[in-house]
Amino acid sequence: MSDLNSYRTGADENGHFGIYGGRYVAETLMPLILEVERAYHALDGDEAFWAEFAGYLKHYVGRPTPLYFAERMSRHLGGAKIYFKREDLNHTGAHKINNCIGQILLARRMGKTRIIAETGAGQHGVATATVCALFDLPCTIYMGATDIERQAPNVLRMELLGAEVKPVTSGSSTLKDAMNEALRDWVANVSDTYYLIGTVAGPHPYPSMVRDFQSVIGDETKAQILEAEGRLPDSLLACIGGGSNAMGLFHPFLDDADVRIIAVEAAGEGIETGRHAASLSAGGAGVLHGNRTYLLQDDDGQITEAHSISAGLDYPGIGPEHSWLHDVGRVEYVSVTDAEAVESFQLCTRIEGIVPALESAHAIAYAGKIACDLPADHLMVINMSGRGDKDLDSVAKYLEARK
Amino acid sequence: MSARIEVRFAELAEKGRAGLVTFLTAGDPDPETSREILMGMTDAGADLIELGMPFSDPMADGPAIQLSSQRALAAGASMQTTLALVREFRKSDDATPIILMGYYNPIYIYGPDKFLNDAAEAGVDGLIIVDLPPEEDELLAPLKSSGIDLIYLTAPTTDDARLPVVVKNAGGFVYYVSITGITGTKSAVQSDIASAVARLKRATDLPIAVGFGIRTPDQAAEVAECADAVVVGSALVSELASNIGAGCAAAVHKLVRELAAGVARADKPK
Repeated sequence: MSDLNSYRTGADENGHFGIYGGRYVAETLMPLILEVERAYHALDGDEAFWAEFAGYLKHYVGRPTPLYFAERMSRHLGGAKIYFKREDLNHTGAHKINNCIGQILLARRMGKTRIIAETGAGQHGVATATVCALFDLPCTIYMGATDIERQAPNVLRMELLGAEVKPVTSGSSTLKDAMNEALRDWVANVSDTYYLIGTVAGPHPYPSMVRDFQSVIGDETKAQILEAEGRLPDSLLACIGGGSNAMGLFHPFLDDADVRIIAVEAAGEGIETGRHAASLSAGGAGVLHGNRTYLLQDDDGQITEAHSISAGLDYPGIGPEHSWLHDVGRVEYVSVTDAEAVESFQLCTRIEGIVPALESAHAIAYAGKIACDLPADHLMVINMSGRGDKDLDSVAKYLEARK
Repeated sequence: MSARIEVRFAELAEKGRAGLVTFLTAGDPDPETSREILMGMTDAGADLIELGMPFSDPMADGPAIQLSSQRALAAGASMQTTLALVREFRKSDDATPIILMGYYNPIYIYGPDKFLNDAAEAGVDGLIIVDLPPEEDELLAPLKSSGIDLIYLTAPTTDDARLPVVVKNAGGFVYYVSITGITGTKSAVQSDIASAVARLKRATDLPIAVGFGIRTPDQAAEVAECADAVVVGSALVSELASNIGAGCAAAVHKLVRELAAGVARADKPK
């Protein structure tokens, strides 16, 4: 397929995917953003960098992760042949580490000596703290006070790894506020600090860069399904908050027109209740955190609070490339509720012996809605983006409240 | 270029002193008090007024201005009430420039064309949009017909290679952010400010206003020696916050008078 007809050529030189993306940051940060962009572009064709990246993914992260045929789940849902891409088996328990390895190697090349990051569920914070321990760099993780409360085990892990976890109490005390606070830190510490963003959002080049580091998920999946089945999958499913696990799986397949691609947002207590995190299903275009993208906001342009039982999906925005893929119609964006996600969390644990992250349980829940109408030879890949040990407390509380 | 901003800087040059630019968030802490503070601002000694457009996620601001935005929004502030406040001010003062300062999303959602039209009609002279760098130039075309100046921020990180890019489409004045940091936190060293202003003067003919970290009359006096205008924000907002319910406007105006006196006594080389 020629470049002109490809879905994989973005962002353009100014960081835009259609009208989305860009670099909406304060002038103090702009020179730094341009510095990161130059360093990112310098990776093109840098074989030594990519060999080092691949080496860490293989020997430290444990890649390739399996593409596992979930036979009992397939039978239970009664339709498609379902595979799980087992990102939960990565070191630190989620896909987040792929991106962290890439960016920490980049930060070292740039001569940066201090790392900052934001985290919601704590998975990105743990992955960042892990690579900082590995490369002996001091790191500060910003985390909303509300999230610290519901993800206590991950806070302890970060601290044991040597990170300083700073609680954020401004705004709604969740992921968006942690991102604000990380940006404030970066503005104040421009010379030595690298901001390791955890998802395909933020100012250019982060959405493209994080996608490139996460695309290992889709690249592996492609090779693995060809080996197992001799053909490409019929559908791909992934949960989506900021959208990095989804983008990582989807991107290598975007130009394979016969592959149906579905991203599952968090509908929280239900889209109609207003308490959800479904930026694409129920939001509109706006500008936040350095990029133009779909956001949850009121009609005065004030950002509203997201809600999801899953802290990792609890963000009022989404990566700009997803906004573009939504508008051009290449990817379907759907949503499932807290209740449906918890049900799938329990189901998957019971019949496959795999405790999925609540985030990933959203993708499984949507598979449950469509699988029964699909033919038995339909090949479906679900991204098992993380493991659910961190969520036991949230699930227990949720079930307790509904007794 | 906005007539009011141009005239005001010409007057200041005539008087041989720097201007005082005061910041308050529109609608903070409530509509009535905010109106009272704004109406007395010129008499207290403000030469130009920056009016903050409240935003839920003020990424470049420190705690003082974050809280002021939250107070204003909680008290019902919106882009509509901010423009109404400007309209009210213009009934009694047609000379003091009003600059709206804030973040892009509320403008984007209002509709940039409609916003510029309504802002110009209300009597707004300039816009500072913190998260709209020169690379994102979508407002430039609609701005041309509005008569409103787009005022750009420059920072210590804006090097000589980048400076021309930033000042290329700048109007009104150039705002120098004197520290690398968020509003109301650390303060810059006077000699650094002087050399930065000299560097900016080589790149633009527009007046230079210096802000971020200027809190006291003495600091204002120091900065007024080299800059064309001195911007004070967080210190005023903090003064407001600590006097809510107890003569808020009077306390703010008192600090403005002291800052104006500081600026006036600066020894400004001709």
